[in-house]
Amino acid sequence: MSDVQDYPSRLSDPNSRKLGTFSYLEPMTGDEIRKQVEYIINQGWNPGIEHTEPENAFGNYWYMWKLPMFGETDVDAVLKEIDLCRENNPGNHVRLIGYDNYNQTQGTAMLVHRAEIRA
Amino acid sequence: MAKSYKAGVKEYRDTYWEPDYTPKDSDILACFKITPQPGVPREEAAAAVAAESSTGTWTTVWTDLLTDLDYYKGRAYAIEDVPGDDDAFYAFIAYPMGLFEEGSVVNVFTSLVGNVFGFKAVRGLRLEDVRFPLWFVATCHGPPHGIYVERDLLDKYGRPLLGCTIKPKLGLSAKNYGRAVYECLRGGLDFTKDDENVNSQPFMRWRDRFLFCQEAIDKSEAETGEKKGHYMNVTAPDVEEMFKRAEFAKEVGSKIIMSDYLTLGWAAHNSLSRWCRDNGLLLHVHRAMHAVIDRSPTHGINFRVLAKLLRLLGGDHLHSGTVVGKLEGDRAATLGWIDLMRDKYVKEDRSRGIFFDQDWGQMPGVFPVASGGIHVWHMPALVSIFGDNSVLQFGGGTLGHPWGNAAGAAANRVALEACVKARNEGRELEKEGKEILTAAAKHSPELKIAMETWKEIKFEFDTVDKLDVQHR
Repeated sequence: MSDVQDYPSRLSDPNSRKLGTFSYLEPMTGDEIRKQVEYIINQGWNPGIEHTEPENAFGNYWYMWKLPMFGETDVDAVLKEIDLCRENNPGNHVRLIGYDNYNQTQGTAMLVHRAEIRA
Repeated sequence: MAKSYKAGVKEYRDTYWEPDYTPKDSDILACFKITPQPGVPREEAAAAVAAESSTGTWTTVWTDLLTDLDYYKGRAYAIEDVPGDDDAFYAFIAYPMGLFEEGSVVNVFTSLVGNVFGFKAVRGLRLEDVRFPLWFVATCHGPPHGIYVERDLLDKYGRPLLGCTIKPKLGLSAKNYGRAVYECLRGGLDFTKDDENVNSQPFMRWRDRFLFCQEAIDKSEAETGEKKGHYMNVTAPDVEEMFKRAEFAKEVGSKIIMSDYLTLGWAAHNSLSRWCRDNGLLLHVHRAMHAVIDRSPTHGINFRVLAKLLRLLGGDHLHSGTVVGKLEGDRAATLGWIDLMRDKYVKEDRSRGIFFDQDWGQMPGVFPVASGGIHVWHMPALVSIFGDNSVLQFGGGTLGHPWGNAAGAAANRVALEACVKARNEGRELEKEGKEILTAAAKHSPELKIAMETWKEIKFEFDTVDKLDVQHR
């Protein structure tokens, strides 16, 4: 059994909470986030940003940062809004959404910043 | 002028072969692959199939003259060679809308694949494709929720969903079974699944299973902060029992239930699907018995037709074959029917076995489910083939992890997310799969061990039911 590793997830540890797509990966670097923004724009989707206090992350509705950026094709403009959202909401999780208005869905919604939580 | 009555047997082609007929938008169209008995001309065999699947009887009857058979009859309107098969040919048959009850898949197939399949003039008969006109699509209920509503209900976007069938499929106690579910879900899967054989046997009655599984779901949701489900199988010996189990699943808070649409029966399945929409539960659909119907290339019904009719009957998930795993499936054909399950409009495309344009109108799509014999090394190919709107189910590939189900689940989740992220970055998954997984495994000991465990496993049997192509 010494080779078997325990799975370290606990109800008592808020850091065990996951946050959807990409929350099982290492945090993305700035360059990696840029590529995901490019992907959303190349799909023809509308970028949007949401954030929440970690303890309120389970509900469907996080806080919307301003409005979805309809028709925005400038990657830097989207990255700037992600930074502004983080600066203005310290301690919040942040996710990036690509609204697909043709299929009336979110084409994607991915974690771009996980807030640090002290258990 | 009115027709006169003459008793006796007429050649079918006199009445049912109309090569000049132009199909109407409202017709139901069918493509059959016919292998006639030796000596039977193609036109006669095609006309016989049209007759026997619509208004025809083996002899003329006087009551034929009390109606307008020219309106009600099915017409064979085209014949084509089957590439690579000199014995068989394709026959295209058009059926007028008045032949069928609105919204009744049962009625349509009682005609199309009824007595005609035992008909002596044909040695083999296979229904390859059916074009459902928009009026018929719109009179069927379709998926209870559909792909995009399911994503909203589960709050999961931008990636395939992950599942696992609990094994051993028979013989676990309800409490031990719930343990296996809990471990999978806390490790990062979205769903676990009852095996299709698990109904309510003496070793584990359904009520006990539902209760223990729901506790597993509730705790794993609290622990991970993500929404989870277990496909509670309500397939039962009779419909009263089926609804009793469905009601209880709803009562305990289950998000999803499952049925087996071919063994359960289409009418019962259709009722269950409507119940799911009314009660807000998702419906996962298994396809036990399909290979009995769809595996022979010369007789039966192609799976693409079974997939289309399930979308009409209703279901939110349907098993579609994996392409890469241990089960049957030809890649192009599978790509064809997963499009038929998901898309709004599918164009005729013979290279994928699609014989007709199919307009689904406003009917939602069904998630194709890839399940069986797959593990982390298949992940790049699966993400590439199936795309985001799919459910990927790793049974042995989760439960067989050396560290247990939670680690197996985490390995699959990390591999999935790594592949999706790489695809979004523009990388070619099937070419760079190994590098992508190896890089992800640096931060995931669970994935690293999974990759070492399954590295050597390959399934490369030849496909029995291939698309019809030259020089096979």
